[in-house]
Amino acid sequence: MIRALIGALVIGLAAPALGIYLVQRRLSLIGDGIGHVALTGVGVGLLLHHSPVISAVIVSAIGAVGIELIRQRGRTSGDLALALLFYGGIAGGVVLVGLSDDSSNANLMQYLFGSLITTSPQDVVVIAVLGVAVLTAMTVFRPALFAVCNDEEYAKVSGLPVRTLNLLMAVTTAVTVTIAMRTVGLLLVSALMVVPVAAAQQVTRGFRSTMALGMVIGLGAAGAGVAVSAEIDTAPGATTVILALAVFVAIALGSGVVRALRRRAHHPREVEPPDVVLQG
Amino acid sequence: MTAADPKGVVDVRHLAVGYDGREILHDISLSTQPGEVVAILGANGSGKSTLIRTILGLVPAARGEIDLFGTAQRTFRDWARVGYVPQRLGAGSGVPATVGEVVASGRLARRGIFRPSGTADKAAVVAALQDVGLLDRIGDPVSTLSGGQQQRTLIARALAGHPDLLVLDEPTAGVDAASQEAFAAALGRFAAGGGTILLVAHELGPLRPLIDRAVVVHEGRIAYEGAPPEPAGHHADPDHDHVHPHAALEKAGICEWAPTDRMTNRMTAN
Repeated sequence: MIRALIGALVIGLAAPALGIYLVQRRLSLIGDGIGHVALTGVGVGLLLHHSPVISAVIVSAIGAVGIELIRQRGRTSGDLALALLFYGGIAGGVVLVGLSDDSSNANLMQYLFGSLITTSPQDVVVIAVLGVAVLTAMTVFRPALFAVCNDEEYAKVSGLPVRTLNLLMAVTTAVTVTIAMRTVGLLLVSALMVVPVAAAQQVTRGFRSTMALGMVIGLGAAGAGVAVSAEIDTAPGATTVILALAVFVAIALGSGVVRALRRRAHHPREVEPPDVVLQG
Repeated sequence: MTAADPKGVVDVRHLAVGYDGREILHDISLSTQPGEVVAILGANGSGKSTLIRTILGLVPAARGEIDLFGTAQRTFRDWARVGYVPQRLGAGSGVPATVGEVVASGRLARRGIFRPSGTADKAAVVAALQDVGLLDRIGDPVSTLSGGQQQRTLIARALAGHPDLLVLDEPTAGVDAASQEAFAAALGRFAAGGGTILLVAHELGPLRPLIDRAVVVHEGRIAYEGAPPEPAGHHADPDHDHVHPHAALEKAGICEWAPTDRMTNRMTAN
């Protein structure tokens, strides 16, 4: 339980810290796609009797770099290429897991939807180390990554190593997807990257504050998700995502009410004058 | 501008640029001297934006040579000396960003990506925003600014890096009169401080008094080079409402810059 909690909290912090750049780039679903590719890595690991986490990191990093190269080319067929890569990834994963010795459905589900309870001490160490690496990269390079995601051409003219930063982001996405696979599962990874950011940006004014609030929401949802799921016996990954979505809805409703009240305070009972006044 | 520059700030020799096998610029040669303000004029599709994007390395050149501050562009690394003002804020939006955060991006070329933002960076951001008259909006999300104010944010971003050369792509397109004036004043102060400016424009408007030399690009070639053409007819009126019902059909060219009333209505909107 403690191990599960540590793993979840690390992911809760790291996923939105990376996700904010993906949201800014309008690549909110990229984490989902890389999750599909990571499943092939899991299959390779199980087949070769190696750690599925490490093989998933490697395969999804290759996939992420491939996607980034397609994006840089800016071909119109990029969207189609992504689709081919994603479905190839998930189909390859299912086939490879099926070929492995441990081909039970439970095993597959564990990677698709997360399985915190079976997290081993080694897994926690891997999650913590990689999670801290992701967090460090995303915070240290925040100004540069912000510049690249906000205006890539300007960043190029500024002489920033745009290609390297893009590859860094691709590899970091792959790493985050893989470590989050144990917590929320490959099919829900993207939610933890995107939903806390989406919730935060409704009330924040700047990029840094959005990142900070997104990380707080991610951390809270992950911690609460583990606790609630243990209490009512539900899947921790799905519970975490539901809680993050609940925060999103609560903030959306709350900020809507505040805005409405403020508007009423500014314009008390203002009646629009009629366009035409009929005389007599 | 340092006096050590042996050549021009920007030197373009026999440049040709094409996309997908179609050549857009043919044999362009252009040079700007330190402290000079050069306007590149031309109709839509004349290749004027492509020209500056190629100078900046955003579009690859097919033939010819480009030097920046006397160094071949391909090996040029001192990008902090160049301040780029794009036509509009980048596509990346989704996540809110404050005016201060966007302008702070302009410091990255100077300080590099590893060093955190220091007091000098913050002071430069404040000074640049003061220069364009937007200091009071430093903490506001850029999405809440008007088009003209966003454009001023972009020039502040370029100025924050203390460049020697400013390159602006259609800086006044669709910008309200108040912002155009603030814009022109900030550019004027930059030029007065010895800075070199290369700008692409459709209309010069309040920027006109700053321009030392105009270059008109027409069908991928330089068609005119010299004093900025005089504004003609009611188009020069700042209150003129620029409407072009037949813009897409008109084939506009160098004539639009000639001072005849009959020709002025051929100007195309951007």
